[in-house]
Amino acid sequence: MATHHSRSAARLMMAPAVVLLLGWMLVPLTMTLYFSFKKYLPLRGGDLGWVGFDNYVRFVSSSAFWPSVLTTLTLVGGVLLITVVLGVVLAILLNQPMWGQGMVRILVIAPFFVMPTVSALVWKNMFMDPNYGLLAHLWEFFGAQPVEWLSQASLPSIVMIVSWQWLPFATLILLTAIQSLDSEQLEAAEMDGAPAHKRFAFITLPHLGRAITVVILIQTIFLLSIFAEIFVTTGGAFGTKTLTYLIFQRVLESQNVGLGSAGGVYAIILANIIAIFLMRIVGKNLAK
Amino acid sequence: MGHIKLSQVSKRFGEVEVIPPLDLTIADGEFTVFVGPSGCGKSTLLRLIAGLEDVSAGHIEIDGADTTHVPPAKRGLAMVFQSYALYPHMSVKKNIAFPMRMAGVPLEEQERRISAAAEALNLTDYLDRRPGQLSGGQRQRVAIGRAIVREPQAFLFDEPLSNLDAALRVGMRMEIAELHKKLKTTMIYVTHDQVEAMTMADKIVVLRAGVIEQVGSPLELYHAPCNEFVAGFIGSPKMNLIKGAEAQKHGAATIGIRPEHVDVSASEGLWKATVGVAEHLGSDTFLHIHGVPGCDPLTVRVDGELPVKHGDEIFLTPQLEKLHRFDAQGLRVA
Ligand SMILES: Nc1ncnc2c1ncn2[C@@H]1O[C@H](COP(=O)(O)OP(=O)(O)O)[C@@H](O)[C@H]1O
Ligand SMILES: [Mg+2]
Repeated sequence: MATHHSRSAARLMMAPAVVLLLGWMLVPLTMTLYFSFKKYLPLRGGDLGWVGFDNYVRFVSSSAFWPSVLTTLTLVGGVLLITVVLGVVLAILLNQPMWGQGMVRILVIAPFFVMPTVSALVWKNMFMDPNYGLLAHLWEFFGAQPVEWLSQASLPSIVMIVSWQWLPFATLILLTAIQSLDSEQLEAAEMDGAPAHKRFAFITLPHLGRAITVVILIQTIFLLSIFAEIFVTTGGAFGTKTLTYLIFQRVLESQNVGLGSAGGVYAIILANIIAIFLMRIVGKNLAK
Repeated sequence: MGHIKLSQVSKRFGEVEVIPPLDLTIADGEFTVFVGPSGCGKSTLLRLIAGLEDVSAGHIEIDGADTTHVPPAKRGLAMVFQSYALYPHMSVKKNIAFPMRMAGVPLEEQERRISAAAEALNLTDYLDRRPGQLSGGQRQRVAIGRAIVREPQAFLFDEPLSNLDAALRVGMRMEIAELHKKLKTTMIYVTHDQVEAMTMADKIVVLRAGVIEQVGSPLELYHAPCNEFVAGFIGSPKMNLIKGAEAQKHGAATIGIRPEHVDVSASEGLWKATVGVAEHLGSDTFLHIHGVPGCDPLTVRVDGELPVKHGDEIFLTPQLEKLHRFDAQGLRVA
């Protein structure tokens, strides 16, 4: 029972965690806001005083801004599409009784445990390298000219690498959802005359709706801040500069902390717009 | 038409033979109940008929056509599942319409059948609700509605009432029985509850461990159970089975006497015994009696007005013409 006494004791004991979390979030946020209103060039004179909204105007009016927003949305959208579609397919396959099911499931989950930097390096050097990559060998085997993946099809390549990393997550969530589907519903639909593809469309897919929204929501949050995969593969060249990467370039390559901070604030706003938008949909879906 | 014939049908899951080869014929329009203890293979048998499980051997005929390898949707049977198996994201109306939608029935015809079914099942006010917003009894009715609109050759019910409370169960039992009188379609109904079987069936099939013990009308099973198992399973309270010297007097290994076929007297009778627990139901009283040789306790059903209580000494006499005799194998001796 939560008496007055035990409640205040609980609050006291929670306090350190709350303070730590608040500090963790508030300090960087305040510093970002603080620098975004300053002209701050660490290697070229340091703190050069307040400049009002100058940084904000310059960040948006730079020719790299809108392309970077578009790249971000393409990357996130592409990865979501691939992981959700393949995730549903894999979840259905993994749910079938088969020999060595446990082993196969572990193998499918494995990419999730590989660090982003490592997986990007593996893809870059072992698969996508135009001279000695596996894909190059495959292309040559069929007599085709090997593709220079990371320069000719740079954004799709990164979408592929990131999808490979996130597919296990989507599969895992969707597999647990599919396992909770009452098999009698499928049998009832079968007796009602629904062939396999209609059973999927009318029974399985609606049942997965909630899990799919959860996958989309969680993945979006993480995908908006994709960095290592771009840094390791293209370094932001060939149209792979996302908003996150643009901010990184402004702060570290141009050594313009003020401008980068303003970009950071834009990124926060973008993330929140998407989050509110998604929450609406998810809220609607979860309320059912 | 809904004439169903099973010939030498058997089912094994891996090494386990759940249903040894059996033969069974269900006539058109008959209300057949499969009854037996849990795990005896009733659902499996029903699913074999439905086509949801493949037979390991044997043949299933529906209306004279061999349907052993016909997919479930093409057998013209409708099934009502124990869990109702309604589609949770569809409204009641869409649930009921689903089989017709799959079959491509024209929309006006769909509307006509839906409103007819909704009317018959008291669902008219709930057509726009989701299954999650309905009570257990209403969900059951939606499941039945979804079966009716298909106008099937036969209905299959798998313990449809076991998730309902006792009062509702009695009501739905009547509704399903009335539905059968109205539609006159073949129905196969699975239950472990012998009261449901006795009250609803034209024909009862008693199963034990996948084997058909006896087939017959409720009263045939009540009056002439073919073995001890059926004798003990059919009837409530259960038949008293008496072994030993008392049975040998009648030339049998076991004799059976139903609780309602024992006369009670305060002064004279065959057996002198003591009343244990007396269950007063108002209309009747069930006495659990100790001291009868070969059967302890022996249950007796007496009039509710009879003044008996725990610890009373009474005399009992079985009605000899109602006595059942079984041999050492448990089979009925004529
Ligand atoms: N898919 C299956 N795999 C293996 N054994 C099964 C399967 N389905 C049912 N059984 C077994 O078959 C027997 C009969 O089951 P069931 O027909 O469901 O019994 P009932 O409906 O009479 O309670 C049980 O012993 C059960 O364990
Ligand atoms: Mg069962």
